[in-house]
Amino acid sequence: MTGRGSPTRPRLSYHAVQGLWVGAFLAPALVLFTVFLAYPIVGAMAYSLYHWDGLVRGGFAGLANFQRLLTAYPYQERMLNAFWHNVVVFALTMIIQNGMGLVFAVLLAGRTWGARAYRAIFFMPVVLSLVVVGFLWELFLNPIWGVVNKLLVLAGLGALARPWLGDPHTALLSLILVNAWRWVGFPTIVFLAGIQAIPDEYLEAARLDGAGPAAMFRKVVFPLLAPQVNIIVILTFIGAFNWFELPYVMQGVTGEPFHSTDVLGLLFYRSAFGAVDTGNPDVGLGSAIAVVMFVLILVTSGLGAVYLRRREVEG
Amino acid sequence: MSAAPARASAGGRRHGTVLAAGAVQALLGANTLLVVLPMLFMLLSSLKTTREIFQQPFALPAAVRWDNYAQVWGAAHFATYFRNSVVVTIVSMALILLTGTLAAYALGRYRFRGNDLLFLYFLAGIMVPIRLAIIPLFVLMRDLHLLDNLWSLVLVYAASGLPSAIFILTGFLRTLPLELDEAARIDGAGELGILLRVLLPLVRPALAIVTVYNVIPIWNDFFFPLVFIHEDRLKTLPLGLTVFFGEYQTNWALLFAGLTLAAAPVLALYVLLSQQFIKGLTAGAVKG
Repeated sequence: MTGRGSPTRPRLSYHAVQGLWVGAFLAPALVLFTVFLAYPIVGAMAYSLYHWDGLVRGGFAGLANFQRLLTAYPYQERMLNAFWHNVVVFALTMIIQNGMGLVFAVLLAGRTWGARAYRAIFFMPVVLSLVVVGFLWELFLNPIWGVVNKLLVLAGLGALARPWLGDPHTALLSLILVNAWRWVGFPTIVFLAGIQAIPDEYLEAARLDGAGPAAMFRKVVFPLLAPQVNIIVILTFIGAFNWFELPYVMQGVTGEPFHSTDVLGLLFYRSAFGAVDTGNPDVGLGSAIAVVMFVLILVTSGLGAVYLRRREVEG
Repeated sequence: MSAAPARASAGGRRHGTVLAAGAVQALLGANTLLVVLPMLFMLLSSLKTTREIFQQPFALPAAVRWDNYAQVWGAAHFATYFRNSVVVTIVSMALILLTGTLAAYALGRYRFRGNDLLFLYFLAGIMVPIRLAIIPLFVLMRDLHLLDNLWSLVLVYAASGLPSAIFILTGFLRTLPLELDEAARIDGAGELGILLRVLLPLVRPALAIVTVYNVIPIWNDFFFPLVFIHEDRLKTLPLGLTVFFGEYQTNWALLFAGLTLAAAPVLALYVLLSQQFIKGLTAGAVKG
């Protein structure tokens, strides 16, 4: 430890010096990550177990907040209503957006003319802010001045024109379609990369066995896309259950009209920051919603990953 | 695939292939219109008067009104929102790259006890939906006196960008041969010198991916400003846009001009660097 060279400064061993450097390299990231991510996440779990008066913590509540959320009026109704909408968003996004993405990917694979340009164009809206996308389509879907209804009239389909965002029957579907407009390029690219990674020999072998395009897709391409399907299902699930910006911007914090576009993200926000339903922020309830969403997202995406991985291995 | 020329021998077969290729082009063309027309319509409307937008929505502007843009830029605090977004995005990105690279260097190039555990600790953050911690974050920012302060945004973006950055950079650094470090060490380079002079030039592609992966979500984020920022002069572009829409509800020409202004920077960058954007934003979902 004590250096021979300079008597005033104890010399550290090479390894100790290196250790200090490694510590110094790690420290900033560790502090940043721990203080502004890990600690708040743990806090979010803990908050749900206490009574709250505004932002002042009261006594230990056990599971009272969860009990209120899951069984008491009107929280239970609001919760189930919002949860159901998240499920609908997930299901329809899977079918519409990811289904279209898969079709586009198949069409873009092979030596399709202009594939590179199409790819770049389809992906373009993915970089746009959801706030911009939401406001833009809110103007387009305006019942009187919006171009969507005007186009329908021009096409002789005036009977279909309606207040898309103001009608509880069409509002959620409209949001799902706007969301798909923004995102469809993403699954397209992911599926396309998967298809392009399939060795040509597999396709050639299937062709020699007399498989037509449909059989080839069903028997060769789709099974080999399992890893990509896996990732898209998980990302879509996480996205659907984190839905917030689009309904907030287009339908307001209560998910108008009549809560027909309310989702867990909005309910969580309302509870945490001045509930519109009751007039007061309800941190205990908000935290309980956060925990439910957290568990839902983590458990389902974890299970999904395991299940799909197994399918992937079995082929 | 269906369009792959199968070197058709019979005329009928070739005819079928051409038809299939035509159908493929029709479908892809239709979606191209679906993507491009709304943006084109936004741009055209931003150059009209509101009356024109209402009465002749599909016509070209009678006279191009650049003035709409001048009005938006001047009247609403658009320039301020814009500047806040630029500052927050650049500082957050710098913090992610700086702290992420240093941590990845330690995790990827040094063997020490707890290395794997630390890596997993960071990695666990990738799947965590950080927004669900917004209440504790709000309390934390209040206690640090960072509410209504752009640092609140920077710190949260940096923390939530770190896990993916460390994951990508550590993986990349581990693929580089260790002899590089040894050689540099023999030449007398210090620990930091090895990173700066030898490794950093080699990890540039990974840094680019980390940047694209984070920069768009940060630029577009609406949720954290909504909670942390209430003073108008500190709002970022997405949040400012909601203020703007509240103020100019009926002036559609200005609304479209505002939307176009907000969308323009990312779209311009995208046109220049679309391949990098596609690669960066799908990193994690697409291997390689």
